[in-house]
Amino acid sequence: MKTLVTGVIGSDTHIVGNRILSMALEKAGYKVVGLGALTPAEDFVKAAIETDADAVMVSSLYGQGELDVRGFRDLFIEAGLGDIMIYIGGNLVVGKQQWGDVERRFLAMGFDRAFPPGTRTEIVIDTLARDFAARAAGKRIADSP
Amino acid sequence: MSATRGAALLIDFGSTYTKLRAIDLDDGHLLGHGQGPSTVTTDVTIGVDLALADLGRRLGELPAFRYRLAASSAAGGLRMVTVGLVKELTAEAARRAALGAGAKLVGTFAYRLTRADVGAICGLAPDILLLAGGTDGGNAEVITANGRALAASPLGCPVVVAGNRAAADAVQAAFAAAGKPVMVCGNVMPEFGVLDIEPARAAIRQVFIDRIVHAKGIDKAQGRFDRVLMPTPTAVLEGARLLAEGRGGLAGLGPLLVVDIGGATTDVHSICDGRPSAPEVVVHGLPEPYAKRTVEGDLGMRHNIQGIVEVAGLERLARESGLEPERIRALAERFARDVERVPETAAEVAFDRALARAAIEVAVRRHAGEVKTVFSATGPVLVQTGKDLSDLPCVIGTGGALVHSPNPAGILAAALASADEPGSLRPRAPRLYLDREYLLYAVGLLAEVEPEAALNMALRHITLL
Ligand code: B12
Repeated sequence: MKTLVTGVIGSDTHIVGNRILSMALEKAGYKVVGLGALTPAEDFVKAAIETDADAVMVSSLYGQGELDVRGFRDLFIEAGLGDIMIYIGGNLVVGKQQWGDVERRFLAMGFDRAFPPGTRTEIVIDTLARDFAARAAGKRIADSP
Repeated sequence: MSATRGAALLIDFGSTYTKLRAIDLDDGHLLGHGQGPSTVTTDVTIGVDLALADLGRRLGELPAFRYRLAASSAAGGLRMVTVGLVKELTAEAARRAALGAGAKLVGTFAYRLTRADVGAICGLAPDILLLAGGTDGGNAEVITANGRALAASPLGCPVVVAGNRAAADAVQAAFAAAGKPVMVCGNVMPEFGVLDIEPARAAIRQVFIDRIVHAKGIDKAQGRFDRVLMPTPTAVLEGARLLAEGRGGLAGLGPLLVVDIGGATTDVHSICDGRPSAPEVVVHGLPEPYAKRTVEGDLGMRHNIQGIVEVAGLERLARESGLEPERIRALAERFARDVERVPETAAEVAFDRALARAAIEVAVRRHAGEVKTVFSATGPVLVQTGKDLSDLPCVIGTGGALVHSPNPAGILAAALASADEPGSLRPRAPRLYLDREYLLYAVGLLAEVEPEAALNMALRHITLL
């Protein structure tokens, strides 16, 4: 069974979407380690080490996500988990911005995937399955459908 | 005379003294106490016999004891090393399990052990090593590597394995193949964020009874007692638990804190869930044990007097005692040399009081949780780490500095919350009690066989200040 760490990063208290996502992932057969709201970046790393997680799912809703996740991938590299799969979703930035630009910025920060506001859980589960399959085949992530 | 339930003898093989308490099982009253030296380095029997003679003198004649139960912290106490994976997670869980099992922690390690770490552990020569790491189904690699490295090392002590169950077989096999005693028990952190220290505590206690009692030579005095049940700090923790919870129709005192201020360390025990006392507080960090013990190795009234002076500062001690800083320095040196010294002059009494207050304040601050304000966009959010002791109804003090003081309440009050530190979740307005006769260990021992008599004893002799 694959293990996923989920949580809402920074001083963000929007827990509802993260909880819905966690429940959906559990139902889809994943072991979910839920860190909840207000989770410091380091706690994602610590939980991933201890539980030998296969992927980390970061939520950020309140608009400060871009600041909260600076150096996020580096923390994992530092801990010896540099290759772990990391997704981010929620309401990543403030105001109306082109999603393509936002996505590029988050991918450049080392996230394997970034998801736009309102992403449905089925999309997340489907993408995860394809990405894990791609990993098993030696690729970093699956090609876009 | 109608048939009585008889008497019980409760023995503490301590590091300096062998202490005895004799209890009437009918009503839990203390028949008397006896004391002898700790003679564990030669033959413990000598010390017990001297203590028994002392008790006999006080009672006129020794009764036939129905139970003779012992606890031990002799020969350096239960010296333990803990090893976990992430410092704040399984390594911390292992540390808490060992402390809860009454250990004297001599080393704590995290992550993959280096060659130097393994060398250091062998050098520490612990009585027991507790090996944790990984949640069940989580990381198995590090605990397996650490287990193999320790199995291949000269370390000879028994090992309790309380980590990822997926790794347990491999780790056990490594120690067994090396001919080393090993015991596997439930994971200290079976799920992320879930603390389960009871199985490790029970396993440590079993190893203590089966092996350590013999290794320390306590069993030489076998004819003088029925059983050694646990390390002394565990007996204190169990005594506190019974006193808090009550038994049968007899109510306990409710959630409580015990502060035991000794010559070498200051121990703090809390029996409470520690959940937030205010609404809307978010709790962070590892869940806290309901029965929690912390040991401050740098805060001791004699052996570690320098530690107290360092954390409190000469200025504060001077202010509280009304003595000059130079005088404080001189007294601290004298007390550290003469560890048996009971304060005599007015200056010594004032100094001891200031020391004890500082040690208690710091030890309880470290034991208690904290609440911090995190500023989020909506405004402040309160985040708690550790146990909230604010509403705790009772604080019990014990230890020489309190027992010998003319004003123990004034010293024990240092445990309370202070307006200058609203974030420190120390008790706000508890009732203060004194365990004048140092009975809690005896309560914990007797609780194993006659909990009601044990509770009677505690309620009768641990009194309000
Ligand atoms: C409810 C709510 C609140 C509640 C939160 C209650 C709680 N404890 O959860 C309260 C009132 C406390 C609140 C406070 C604030 N809020 Co608000 N809040 C909302 C609201 C209305 C709904 C959020 C929600 O629960 N949605 C439902 C869930 C199911 O959806 P979701 O969170 O998007 O999650 C789904 C997906 O995004 C996805 N997903 C989520 N995480 C992840 C992660 C990964 C890896 C993936 C793949 C997918 C994924 O899966 C979920 C299921 O489909 C939104 C507006 C909106 N309609 O979204 C604003 C909103 C999020 N809040 C906003 C703001 C600004 C705030 C405040 C700063 C307001 C203020 N000035 O005080 C504070 C911030 C508090 C804090 N420190 O975090 C803004 C954020 C703006 C931005 N990002 O640019 C929003 C978008 C409103 C707006 N349009 O302005 N809020």
